[in-house]
Amino acid sequence: MRAREDARRAAVKIGSEALLEVRGLGKEFAQRRTFSRTRFAVRAFEDVNLTIRRGTTLALVGESGAGKSTLARCLALLEKPTRGEIRFEGANLPALRKRELFSVRRKIQMIFQDPTSALNPGMSAAEIIMEPLVIQRIGTKEGRQARALELMESVALPAASASKGPLEFSGGQRQRLAIARALALEPSLLILDEACSGLDLRSQELILELLGRLQRTLGMTFLYVSHDLRSVAEFADEIAVMKDGRIVEQKPAAELFENPEHAYTRELLAAMPSMETICAGRLTEAAL
Amino acid sequence: MKFLARRFAHAIVLLAAISFFSFALIQLAPGDFFDAMRVNPRISQKTIDGLRAEYGADKPFPIRYARWLRSLANGELGVSLAYNSPVGPILAVRARNTLLLTGVATLLAWLVAIPIGIWSAAKRGKFADRVAGAATSTLLTIPDLLLFLALLLLAVRTGWFPAGGMISPGLEDAGFWSKAGDIARHLVLPALGLAAVTLPMLVRHIRSAMIEVLEAPFIRAARGHGISRARLLWRYALPAASNPLISLLGFSIGTMLSASLLVEVVLSWPGLGPLLVEAILSRDVYVVVGAVLLSSVFLVAGNLIADLLLFAADPRIRLDSRGVNG
Repeated sequence: MRAREDARRAAVKIGSEALLEVRGLGKEFAQRRTFSRTRFAVRAFEDVNLTIRRGTTLALVGESGAGKSTLARCLALLEKPTRGEIRFEGANLPALRKRELFSVRRKIQMIFQDPTSALNPGMSAAEIIMEPLVIQRIGTKEGRQARALELMESVALPAASASKGPLEFSGGQRQRLAIARALALEPSLLILDEACSGLDLRSQELILELLGRLQRTLGMTFLYVSHDLRSVAEFADEIAVMKDGRIVEQKPAAELFENPEHAYTRELLAAMPSMETICAGRLTEAAL
Repeated sequence: MKFLARRFAHAIVLLAAISFFSFALIQLAPGDFFDAMRVNPRISQKTIDGLRAEYGADKPFPIRYARWLRSLANGELGVSLAYNSPVGPILAVRARNTLLLTGVATLLAWLVAIPIGIWSAAKRGKFADRVAGAATSTLLTIPDLLLFLALLLLAVRTGWFPAGGMISPGLEDAGFWSKAGDIARHLVLPALGLAAVTLPMLVRHIRSAMIEVLEAPFIRAARGHGISRARLLWRYALPAASNPLISLLGFSIGTMLSASLLVEVVLSWPGLGPLLVEAILSRDVYVVVGAVLLSSVFLVAGNLIADLLLFAADPRIRLDSRGVNG
């Protein structure tokens, strides 16, 4: 019964319209060898096609160096792609001017892997959350302060610690603080780049719970970047697999696990230790 | 508070050690003030011995050091043999002049270096950055002495600025403003020269500290919010880079002080530099020790100020000293 409910929900979600569409996106970095004048290009990714549907979670999975983070940064408007289109709300983002991008930035926000370095150490928790509102000139001073406390509560941080610096929080709390900062602008797309990988299991769980709640109540869309297929299996609606700068497969999660088309996806799945192999490993260890 | 107390104790111990070693080293050097008299046939050996006894130069080292320490307590710092008066007041005037010069030069150097360093970092690898890089490395390769001599030449040839001294003759008793104006005119060249010595180092340090910070994820996050360049540089990057820069301030004061000795001698600014050279040449022991000690006090004070600023500016140090952050 439960499984059927889940499947129905997934089908509805996946059927929903595209929030962001990537077509033929490529990014190269110009490099120069030391003491040499000749330049050469380092390709981060190439000909990437990707669809992120409104109200769903798309997981972007691949090994280190596959180009996931650079792709995420391009989508978060932190880097300019070399070619291709990013369609978002009827506009092609790479073609927009700086001025026009300013208002788009409200709608796309990013969470970084290391929350410690992602938070300005010289500001208090409340200031950190208010900062995007200040930059985007939203609301009054009092309004922003109230909003900051509200956001702290929504990510389960005590309002009493609003004046503390980010370094006085634990790792998991810092990541929730970073999420609160991203939520301040009420974005429709939240890009999470390995947002849980530096955290302990309990903190990861708390953050995934928080993300699930945000999606249910606010209908937010997530792009969740991870190197670990297992960690995304539970909550991703769709999974895109990336290898050497290309997307090799994008599919609904259940389908990908049942019917992996690309050889690399099968490899990743095979590398995923199942419960049986973990238990078996423990037993052999115990036997030895 | 523990951080500050520790730094303060550190400074005191350092100064005590410097006083002992500078005193000991100059005592160890062969010859003293009275040896120069011996070549004068009109001064008898008896007179010289009498003078030695009068100034206590015939006593063993520990007693001389103890006597000097006692005179340190009442601010005399021993007696100058050449000036035949207590060292303290002589040093005070010279130290004031040196402080004025290094203070103005430090301010000048930082006021110029901060914008250039920030701009270079923001425009990393672009034309403006390369021009700044070429200019600083050129300035860095010019020997300090050559630079000071060039300034002296400029003053003499053009007559735009006085070529030495601190105040024009006859103006010593003039009103405050005309006196201040005259001193300012005399200050221009030595301050410029001194600032130019540390400027390239400052620009390079500021640039690299800023570049490091500009790559931090929290800067990236702010860019993601659409932050303006001015706010990013001045309110995010500069405060975050301030930690190494404040340490650099303490260090730059040290460089300034040692360079000031040379600039003062070349451009005849009546600071500690010319006094020290003169005193070393005539083996005026207590003046040398006093000048060295005073320079060390300035240096230690500069670093102490930097530490205090660091404490005020860096939340991590504050947390550490409260034991919050492990």
